[in-house]
Amino acid sequence: MPDIVVPIKQVPDMERVKFDTEAGRIDRSSAPGEINPFDLHALEAAIRIKEKLGGTVTTISMGPPQAESTVRDSLARGADCGILLAGREFAGADTWATSYTLACAIRKVGKYDLIICGEKTVDGDTGQVGPEIADWLDIPHVAYVSEIRDTGEKSITVVAEMEDDRLVIEAPFPVLLTVTKDLNMPRLPSFQDKMRARKAEIAKWGAADIADVADPANLGLKGSPTRLNKVVIPSEEGRKGKVFRGSSAEAAASVAEALAGLGVLGGAK
Amino acid sequence: MNIADYKGLMVFAEQRGGKIHPVSYELLGKGTELASQLGIEVSAVVLGNNLGDEVNELFYYGAQKVYYCDHPKLAGFDLLNYKHNIVRIINDVKPETVLFGATHLGRSLAPRIAAALGTGLTADCTALEIGDEGNLVQIRPAFSGNIFAHIRTTTRPQMATVRYKVMKSLPRDTSRTGQVVKVEPEIVDSVLKVVNKESAGGLNIAEADVIVCGGRGLKQAQDFDILTDLADALGGVVGCTRPIVDEGWMEKSHQVGFSGNTVKPKLYVAVGLSGSPQHLAGMRDSDVILAINSDPSAPIFKVADYGIVGDLYEVVPKLAAEVRQRS
Repeated sequence: MPDIVVPIKQVPDMERVKFDTEAGRIDRSSAPGEINPFDLHALEAAIRIKEKLGGTVTTISMGPPQAESTVRDSLARGADCGILLAGREFAGADTWATSYTLACAIRKVGKYDLIICGEKTVDGDTGQVGPEIADWLDIPHVAYVSEIRDTGEKSITVVAEMEDDRLVIEAPFPVLLTVTKDLNMPRLPSFQDKMRARKAEIAKWGAADIADVADPANLGLKGSPTRLNKVVIPSEEGRKGKVFRGSSAEAAASVAEALAGLGVLGGAK
Repeated sequence: MNIADYKGLMVFAEQRGGKIHPVSYELLGKGTELASQLGIEVSAVVLGNNLGDEVNELFYYGAQKVYYCDHPKLAGFDLLNYKHNIVRIINDVKPETVLFGATHLGRSLAPRIAAALGTGLTADCTALEIGDEGNLVQIRPAFSGNIFAHIRTTTRPQMATVRYKVMKSLPRDTSRTGQVVKVEPEIVDSVLKVVNKESAGGLNIAEADVIVCGGRGLKQAQDFDILTDLADALGGVVGCTRPIVDEGWMEKSHQVGFSGNTVKPKLYVAVGLSGSPQHLAGMRDSDVILAINSDPSAPIFKVADYGIVGDLYEVVPKLAAEVRQRS
């Protein structure tokens, strides 16, 4: 009966969030926080394995106190227990410090056969935290998993997407997977599930709670080897912006002429 | 770690089936430019088995030195053996910068190496510059390409994965030579067992030179036939926006945008799509953008080189005919 850990992140709804182009940042208040969509596929995979083989599913999230709602949502969707890592010491972490902190928390949880992560988060978009967690824990990982072929008591067989190739990989436990959106269709929690999750206990850990396993020098901004120098808002300069209106025949001819002039024609099948 | 001990720029040269992936040549091109500003050496590290003359290609594209680790276990992507040997080589050579292609292999491997070395890693860069103090400024799009983040690394080596088809490779020059440094491989337990290799088949839209992409302006699935006809005339492939995939009209492999594929073709034809920020994130770096839309206020016109305001059902067939006349 595998024990499964699913690291999750609260992200803004990227399809709805407004962007402050002046300040060069997203306006997080413009859209509610939700579980990173990729993590939903990881959670669904974990729950399906639990339904088949038993075991446990634990979610862990690092974030601000309001990320508690995201952990609660994961319980409504079928996780057995949720842990929120919140505290000033964790703030400003890059992927290296984030993965370190999550790996320490997973170590503190103790037993893990499988760790399933989303391929990346929709806000950070790095895809680095999963493989880095695996390295901290000194276990192998398989990235870009689009299919789980078989899960046994001691190993899992998955399909990893490597652009032109699909590798079928048998991985003994413990192993970490990062999964794509093709893996499954995450279920929606029922009203009863949500009510149950509302009352559930969520463990909240600060830096002091993981001090036995985590070096404080590696946490948060202080522990992060990368720094944001600045953000730059791209301009759309350099585009010709030549718009044709009126007769579609004339416009089509003019554009075809222009494209021919640029040398982009000639590849016809 | 003493930063002054780290010198030179190293490119991880990815090979598949014994052939170097073109992103590695792009990294050598960019690496050569950055290294010449700093007066440092550009090296490549390649793992494989019996690569033969393929190793010389790395010199032809700009490497001055190649660290070559040859072993049957390294022929394909063996995660733990790749990591173990590259970490060894980096610890030995101590380059100040290490670049990886942001392929699936690179994005799976590089984080493990960064974690193991205790150094920073910046994902999916689209530009690299040398900063005031000779450090590497790593530039990557964030939040759907609405901003570019400039990132520096306080540790060494400075590591980044770099998006494919963004940097320019040098022209292949067979007169270039360099030194091959054979590195004795150390083989560890692979743990993971590749039991089968299947062809992904299907479309790799990111490789296409011309993409004709349709959005909600198309009324039914079958109307994509007119886009296919234009794509055929242009020697390209058909893409679509997310709503089209949600409708089930096209496979996700065709989807361009934030939650689909990022593309950078020579010509991008946007048909009947308004140009949401999420869509623009996936195609704004295309060389030439042509937009066809009946709504002159559609945001797609703001990023387009050419625009035709009109009914796509009229414009697209006419454009296909005009293109055929000229090619």
